[in-house]
Amino acid sequence: MFRTALRNVLAHKARLLMTVLAVMLGVAFVSGTLVFTDTLGNAYRNQSAKSYDKVAVAVTTYIDPSEAAKDAGIDEKTLEKIRGVDGVASASGRVSGFAGVADQDGKLIGNGWSNTGANFAPGKDGKDAAYAFTTGEGPREDGEIALDKDSAAKGGYKVGDTVRVATNGPVKEYTLAGVFTTEDGAVNAGGSLVLFDTAVAQQLYLRPGHFSDVTVTSEAGASDTKILAAVKPLLPEDSEARTGKELADEQAKQIESGLSNMNTMLLAFAAIALFVGVFLIANTFTMLVAQRTKELALLRAVGASRRQVKRSVILEALVVGAVASVVGFVLGLGLATGLRSAMSTFGAKVPAGPLVVSPTAVTAALGVGVLITVLAAWLPARRAAKIPPVAAMSSVHAVATTKSLVLRNTIGGGLTLLGAAAIVAGAAAGSDGRMIIGGGAFLALVGIIVLIPLLSRPVIALVRPLLHRLFGVSGKLAGQNAVRNPRRTGATASALAIGLTLVTGISVLGATMGRAVDQMTTDNIRADYMVSMAGGGALDKSALDAIEKAEGVGAVSPQQASSMEIKGKWHSASAVTPGDVEKVFDLETVSGSLATLGKGQIAVDDDTAKSNGWKTGDTLPAEFGQEGRKETRNLTVGAVYKGNEFLSPILVATDVVAPYEPKPYIPEIWVTMDGGASAANEQALVDALGDNPAMSVMDQQDIRNMFGGFINTALNIMYGLLAMALIIAVLGVINTLAMSVFERQQEIGMLRAIGLDRGKVKRMIRLEAVVISVFGAVVGIGLGSFLAWAIGETIRKEIPGYVLVMPWDRIGIFLLLAGVVGVLAALWPARSAAKLNMLTAIKTE
Amino acid sequence: MTTTPIAHRATAVAARATDLSKVYGQGETQVVALNHVSVDFRQAEFTAIMGPSGSGKSTLMHCVAGLDSFSSGSVRIGETELGSLKDKQLTQLRRDKIGFIFQAFNLLPTLTAMENITLPMDIAGRKPDREWLERVIDMVGLRDRLGHRPTQLSGGQQQRVAVARALASRPEIIFGDEPTGNLDSRSGAEVLGFLRNSVRELGQTVVMVTHDPVAASYADRVIFLADGAIVDEMHSPSADGVLDRMKAFDAKGRTS
Repeated sequence: MFRTALRNVLAHKARLLMTVLAVMLGVAFVSGTLVFTDTLGNAYRNQSAKSYDKVAVAVTTYIDPSEAAKDAGIDEKTLEKIRGVDGVASASGRVSGFAGVADQDGKLIGNGWSNTGANFAPGKDGKDAAYAFTTGEGPREDGEIALDKDSAAKGGYKVGDTVRVATNGPVKEYTLAGVFTTEDGAVNAGGSLVLFDTAVAQQLYLRPGHFSDVTVTSEAGASDTKILAAVKPLLPEDSEARTGKELADEQAKQIESGLSNMNTMLLAFAAIALFVGVFLIANTFTMLVAQRTKELALLRAVGASRRQVKRSVILEALVVGAVASVVGFVLGLGLATGLRSAMSTFGAKVPAGPLVVSPTAVTAALGVGVLITVLAAWLPARRAAKIPPVAAMSSVHAVATTKSLVLRNTIGGGLTLLGAAAIVAGAAAGSDGRMIIGGGAFLALVGIIVLIPLLSRPVIALVRPLLHRLFGVSGKLAGQNAVRNPRRTGATASALAIGLTLVTGISVLGATMGRAVDQMTTDNIRADYMVSMAGGGALDKSALDAIEKAEGVGAVSPQQASSMEIKGKWHSASAVTPGDVEKVFDLETVSGSLATLGKGQIAVDDDTAKSNGWKTGDTLPAEFGQEGRKETRNLTVGAVYKGNEFLSPILVATDVVAPYEPKPYIPEIWVTMDGGASAANEQALVDALGDNPAMSVMDQQDIRNMFGGFINTALNIMYGLLAMALIIAVLGVINTLAMSVFERQQEIGMLRAIGLDRGKVKRMIRLEAVVISVFGAVVGIGLGSFLAWAIGETIRKEIPGYVLVMPWDRIGIFLLLAGVVGVLAALWPARSAAKLNMLTAIKTE
Repeated sequence: MTTTPIAHRATAVAARATDLSKVYGQGETQVVALNHVSVDFRQAEFTAIMGPSGSGKSTLMHCVAGLDSFSSGSVRIGETELGSLKDKQLTQLRRDKIGFIFQAFNLLPTLTAMENITLPMDIAGRKPDREWLERVIDMVGLRDRLGHRPTQLSGGQQQRVAVARALASRPEIIFGDEPTGNLDSRSGAEVLGFLRNSVRELGQTVVMVTHDPVAASYADRVIFLADGAIVDEMHSPSADGVLDRMKAFDAKGRTS
């Protein structure tokens, strides 16, 4: 039987082409993902091992940024003691924090979240082992810095140039003393690193004479663990020492878990692509079996058992699956390589390393490809086995009965109803309903796919008159041909529908979220500008002072992240400027008055007040500070206000928390200005901040754009990942049309004979493709919108003023694209239909 | 009545092949399917083309009907010379001037009987001539079957639909390729009767390829082909006469 199967595969090469392509792409996606993440993991692991290679022991102190001035850090004396430990070759004290470098146009170099500044810690030999200088040398005095090679190149800086560097506070100019390379992970991932003289760095990031970290290197032959044991007793409270090996392992583990998240996401999309492929494969094998009815019946007639017939079809699938999987795997290797270089073009630097092909990746990718093909061929194979031997004798073979469609429709209807009911129930249940909706969505999707053949007739019948009117006889015939084989049309449309369900779902949710964010910004903010650090870090208090002095400033309030413990429970609070806070935020008071903030009282949002049973006039014992150093202060609730998305649930005056937070953590400063947002006002703020490249000044539109940007990026990534599923669906349309053309050769020949010209034949095939793809798209868009609505219902409560937004423009584009896809998919089948030889077509056998 | 000028039209030629040759392949493997054939098909005449398998009878019909290309010679349908036509013009000529009846019926399963009948006009984007259509439908006796689809019709009924389709656009000439080949004798006789009636009563021109002497006996004239050349012709044939003639060729073929 194996030989028969193999011969069949070879005999139907052309007809199996699309199946092979579909499996190939799916497998390429899976293997590409696995190899890519393995390779990335390996590269990062090597990277982190390398960066801790020379480190015997590393000491870290845990510093609460707001308490940094008190007593944290490791002083010189301790450092000296560590240097004296047996086996220690060197011990360098480190301090680090944010440092942004401006390029020559004043723009920040790097992406904001990995702009680091640290101290240059030379040993006795005047060198710092962590940095290798390519030109110049390390900073030795107050006004000097060194810069990593890539950042220096990006900024176009050479040794001796003046460089503007922004830390959390004001911008300062330094002279570039040297350019270096390093094994530091963040720098290798594309971040920037500025090295200051130790005293400068300590002043900037901690306090004079103190370090936050110590890196210890060992003499040859010394034991890291022994050094660790000796160092530990020397350290102050709130610090931890670990060996370099431990740290490297831990970092590797973190990388692994980060990558495994990415892996899971990519594999989920690969699974969708493969699932879509199932429909194509099933279509192909159904057709192959139908065309071979006589042959298979003959096999049965001469004594082959049902099992043998079934096995021969499955064997055929196995061969196809195996061949396609192997090719797909190779393609996946290319994909992994391509992905890596694509990542570096997007600015994320990936450390170099060999392509890692693990045995798991090989087995998983090949196994999945073969399994999917065989599974998809299972039903056709069963049908093949049911062909009675007598079919070999009769000229008409049994056509698919309507009885099986009845059963199918009943099951499909049941599933759809159940799914829809679950979704509606889930939507009604609010945020707890998300799991129910997920299950319901899956049921409804399966139900609709099962029902699609039934749906295809009435839905396509609706557009048939239009097709006839617009495209004449080609349109009329195309409309009818599209529903001739409802199962096949259904399977083809399903593949597209699945892709479009997801694409539409995320688009609707994206538009809805975008609008919610816009609404939130408009509803909650009165300020004209928000000032923040580009990297999302904290602003220095000096920025607040600078803004207050700026020309044209009306009200200014920081939103200072603060916290207090009340009756054993931690509450986050926003420390704000009394009197100004209601001018920069849209605050609605439920009871009391926000003016009481100025008298040292607090304001609480309505939800928090309700859940804790607080009301205006209550006095609450608030504890500030860390364990062991707590201070209690009784605070009176002066006002209850409606919750604001940009503020914590408790408002307190900055003066109140000042004694407990010597170094306040200020993520944003909100400003209103005379005359509102204008170019001049924005410039006045930027000037007041000393033209600091690390600080961004955003008006309300910028804030909306920022959130919109996040949403769009997320959408684009998902569109990209779903593209593979859509490509496979398009292959399915091509496949179906090629089959139709092949089966209707005689008919097309007759039409040509009685006067349908080539152009109209092509148009007929094209329109059939368009009808099928647009039908799939309509089902997908409908289902996707329904799902998005249901998911939206579960988050309605969490988003005030929630409105479902249908992105009609995008949906229109999807429909248009579906039409284009139909036309493109029909290119080859239409050509071959037009080229058909009439005479062979109309000749009877 | 539209059929008045029968006597006048009978002299005109609906289709003419002159010195027509069709050669497949080259050199050693060269096969001559048609060897310098010249033949006229007169208007309002029912012609049958007969001959043994491989005699070139189907090829002759395909070439004259504009379905196949030829190697040399010329073919005219009415006033139009086919040799110089491009595919698009040839397709239009078939659509507007020629009707076809195939052995395997070749109806579109998705269309009703009525839609199948008007398909050539549908393709051309023309409105069918109502009065003529009614006559054709009545003649083939399909009035109560118009809404049915081909799968709901018997073989004989399907071929009657095909005959009606060929007649409906009032082509200059109708070609039939073994139109009774897939039918039982009663249905076959019916279909042939319609074809003869269409010639006698409607003034149509019909050319039919067949290997069945009984079918040929319905024609006004029978042309015999052998080895790609016309070898004989018979007017007002009877089935027995045709059979005898065929037997004679067969015997000749065997002895030579």
